[in-house]
Amino acid sequence: MATKSSKSSLIIKNLHVETEDKTNRQSKKEILKGLDLEIKEGEIHAIMGPNGSGKSTLLNALMGHPNYQISGGTIQLKTGDKTKKLNDLKADERSNLGLFMAFQHPIEVPGLSFLHMLRTIKNLKGTEKQSLEELLEELKIELKKLKIDEKALERGINEGFSGGEKKKLEIFQMKVLKPNFILLDEIDSGLDIDALKIVAENIKEFFKKYSPAIIIVTHYARILKFIEPHKVHILSDGKIIKSGGKSLAHITEKHGYEKN
Amino acid sequence: MATKKIDTLFTNYKYGFHTDTKSTLVIPKGLSEKIVRQISAIKEEPKWMTDYRVKAYKEFVKKPLPDFGPSLGGINFDDIHYYIRPQDKTQNKWEDVPAEIKETFDRLGIPEHEKRSLAGSGAQFESEMIYHSIKESLSKKGVIFDSIDQGLKKYPELFKAYFGTIVPYNDNKFSALNSAVWSGGSFIYIPKNTYVELPLQAYFRINTESMGQFERTLIIADEGSFLHYIEGCTAPVYSKDSLHSAVVEIIVKKNAHVQYTTVQNWSTNVYNLVTKRAYAYENAEMIWLDCNVGSKVTMKYPSIYLIGDNSKGEIKSLAMAKDNQCQDTGGKIIHTGKNTTSKIIAKSISKDHGNASYRGLLKATKSARNSFNYSKCDALILSPEARSDTIPKISIDDPTASIAHEASIFKIDDSQLFYLMSRGLPQDTAVSEIVNGFANPIVSELPMEYAVELKRLLEIETE
Ligand SMILES: Nc1ncnc2c1ncn2[C@@H]1O[C@H](COP(=O)(O)OP(=O)(O)O)[C@@H](O)[C@H]1O
Ligand SMILES: [Mg+2]
Repeated sequence: MATKSSKSSLIIKNLHVETEDKTNRQSKKEILKGLDLEIKEGEIHAIMGPNGSGKSTLLNALMGHPNYQISGGTIQLKTGDKTKKLNDLKADERSNLGLFMAFQHPIEVPGLSFLHMLRTIKNLKGTEKQSLEELLEELKIELKKLKIDEKALERGINEGFSGGEKKKLEIFQMKVLKPNFILLDEIDSGLDIDALKIVAENIKEFFKKYSPAIIIVTHYARILKFIEPHKVHILSDGKIIKSGGKSLAHITEKHGYEKN
Repeated sequence: MATKKIDTLFTNYKYGFHTDTKSTLVIPKGLSEKIVRQISAIKEEPKWMTDYRVKAYKEFVKKPLPDFGPSLGGINFDDIHYYIRPQDKTQNKWEDVPAEIKETFDRLGIPEHEKRSLAGSGAQFESEMIYHSIKESLSKKGVIFDSIDQGLKKYPELFKAYFGTIVPYNDNKFSALNSAVWSGGSFIYIPKNTYVELPLQAYFRINTESMGQFERTLIIADEGSFLHYIEGCTAPVYSKDSLHSAVVEIIVKKNAHVQYTTVQNWSTNVYNLVTKRAYAYENAEMIWLDCNVGSKVTMKYPSIYLIGDNSKGEIKSLAMAKDNQCQDTGGKIIHTGKNTTSKIIAKSISKDHGNASYRGLLKATKSARNSFNYSKCDALILSPEARSDTIPKISIDDPTASIAHEASIFKIDDSQLFYLMSRGLPQDTAVSEIVNGFANPIVSELPMEYAVELKRLLEIETE
C-alpha cells in the first residue's frame, strides 16, 4: 500500500442521501442535500458541523450502510485514469477497496472475539501470508501502543468495553486492517485527554507509515491540535457550506457554526 | 419441491449415508408383550428383568402421550423395529467388528478419535453396543465401562441396586417404552476417589429405516470420583421416521463430579424423546452439557436432583432448529438439600420454520434452605417464520431461596451486519460469525473435536 505509484482519490459529487424517518415508515427524509468533496491519499480532511448536520450520515453512506440510500450523485474511487463507482457496492466490497470507518458508536457483537474476526478477515483477504503467531504478535504490538489490555483480543467485539476503550479498539482495527481511505466518526468524543493523545499518536503513526486519506469528523477543534488537517470543511444542513485551511477549525470553534 | 428438499438434506448432512449390513437378528415391526418377552429371552435375562420389562410395557400402553410440547402424532408405534441385533456379541477389539459396521464408524471418524483423547469408547449400532473398550490402566483401578447388557450379566447386584431408581419406568410414556424394550447403552462405575482424566465416549448410530433405538445408560460415580462422559449420534436420511428413546440415570455420590456431554445430530427423520436424570449427593457436582442440532422432533429436559447439602448442578444447552425441526429442550433442577446451587444457561437458534423452545422447571422444596439458582435463556431468531418460546416453571417453597431468571430474544440487526461487513466480511460470513458468537459460550465448553464439528454444523445451517 505504501509503495503505490499513483495516489487514489475519493470523489463525492452532488451526493443526496435519504433515510427512512424512524417515526414514520412511509416518509423518507433527505439528510444530505448535494454534497461535494474530494480527498486524495496522503491528505487529512476534517469535517465539522453542528449536531444533526449529517456528518455520520455522510460517513455511513460512504461506507455503504443499507439504511442510508443514495438518491442522487456519485461516490467514486479514482486511481490513475481509472474510475470506479461505489454507489451500489456493499460494505464488504468497499472495505476490500480500502475503505474503513471508525464508528461514532461501535456496535457490540457478543461472543465473537476480535481475534477471531480479524483472523477470519485476514484469511479471506489472503493477501498477506501470516501465521497465527505472526498475527498475534502484530495484534499485541498494536494493543500495547494503544494501551489496551491484551485480554481484549479474546473478548466479544465491543462487548462490555467502556466508551473510551471502544474508540481505541476502532483505531486498533484500523491499524491491523491497513485501509487507504479512513473515515473517523467522532473518534475524539468520550476520550479523556490522555486517551485522546494516545489515539492521535496512533493515527499519526499510521498516516506517516502508509499515507492514507483520512476524513476526521469532529465536533471540536481539540483533536485537530494533535492531528493537523490539510483541509477543513463545515457541514451544515446536508451541505458543505465552507472549506478552508486548518485555521477554519479554530475560528469555527470560537465563533460557532452559525456565524460562518 | 419434495425432491429438492431431500437433496439439500443430503448435501448438508454428511452422515446421511446408509450401509448394507447383515444383521444377525431382526424382530418384525410392532410391539406386544410377546416381543418384549422375546427381547428379554434373546438377552438371556434374569426373571426380575423380564418381569420389569413386561410391567413397563403395560404402563407404556396405558400412558398417554405428553400433553405439552410438539406433536408426536407422526409416530406410528406399529411401524417400528424394536430390536435389531447387528452382530452376535460386543467386541472389545476394533478389528473384530464386522467389516460393514466398521466401515460406517470409520466414515464417522470413530475410533481414531479414541486413540487421541479418550479414556475409553463404545459404539452402538441399531440395538446393541458392537464395541466397547477402556484403557487398561483404568480397568485395573476398578473402573467399569461396559455395555449395559454386560453390566446386568457381570455385575448383577450393583446393577439391580441402581437400575430404575433414578428414572422409574412409569415416569412418562417414553421412560416406560424404554424400560420395556431397552437395549444397549453404557454401564459405568467409577470407584471411590478415582479420577478419570480423559472422557469416556459412546457413539450411537441408527442404520435401518423405521428403527427404534432404546439405549439405556446407568452411571454410578462413587464418592470423590470424577468423570466426563460424551455421547454423539447420527443416522441415515430416510423418508420414514425412526424413533430414538433413551433413558439415562446418573448417581453422583458425595464429593463426586460428573459431566455428561451430548452432541445430538440425528438426521431429520428421527423422533428423539429422551429422559435424562441425575441425583447429586452431598457436595457433589453434576453438569449436563446438551447440544441438539439434529432430529425431527426432540423432547429432552435433562434433570438434576440436588439432594445432598452443598451439591451443585449446571445445565448448559444449545439447540438449533431449522426447516421444520422442533427442538423442545431445556432442563429441570430440583433443590432439596441445603445450600445447593444451580445454574441454567440455555441458548437456542431458530431458522426457517424451525421451533427451538426452552421448557424448564426450577423447584426448591422447604428443606432446601439457602439454595441459589441463576437461569439465563437466550433465543436467536434468524427468520420471520421461525419460533422460539421460553416456558420456565418456577416453584419455590422456601423463603431463603434466591432465584434469578433472565430471558432474551435476539435478532441479527442491520447495524451488527454492517459493522462486520465494513470490516471486510461478506454478508453470509458475517451472519454465521454472529451465530457462532451467540453459540460460543456453549460451544467453547465442548472438547475440541466436537467444538470444531458443531461450528461447522452451525455454518452450514445458517447458509
Ligand atoms: N437512521 C435514521 N433514521 C432517521 N433519521 C436519521 C437517521 N440517521 C440520521 N437521521 C437524522 O439525520 C440527521 C443527521 O444525522 P447525523 O448524520 O447522525 O448527524 P451528525 O452526525 O452530524 O450529528 C439528523 O436529523 C438525524 O436525526
Ligand atoms: Mg454523528
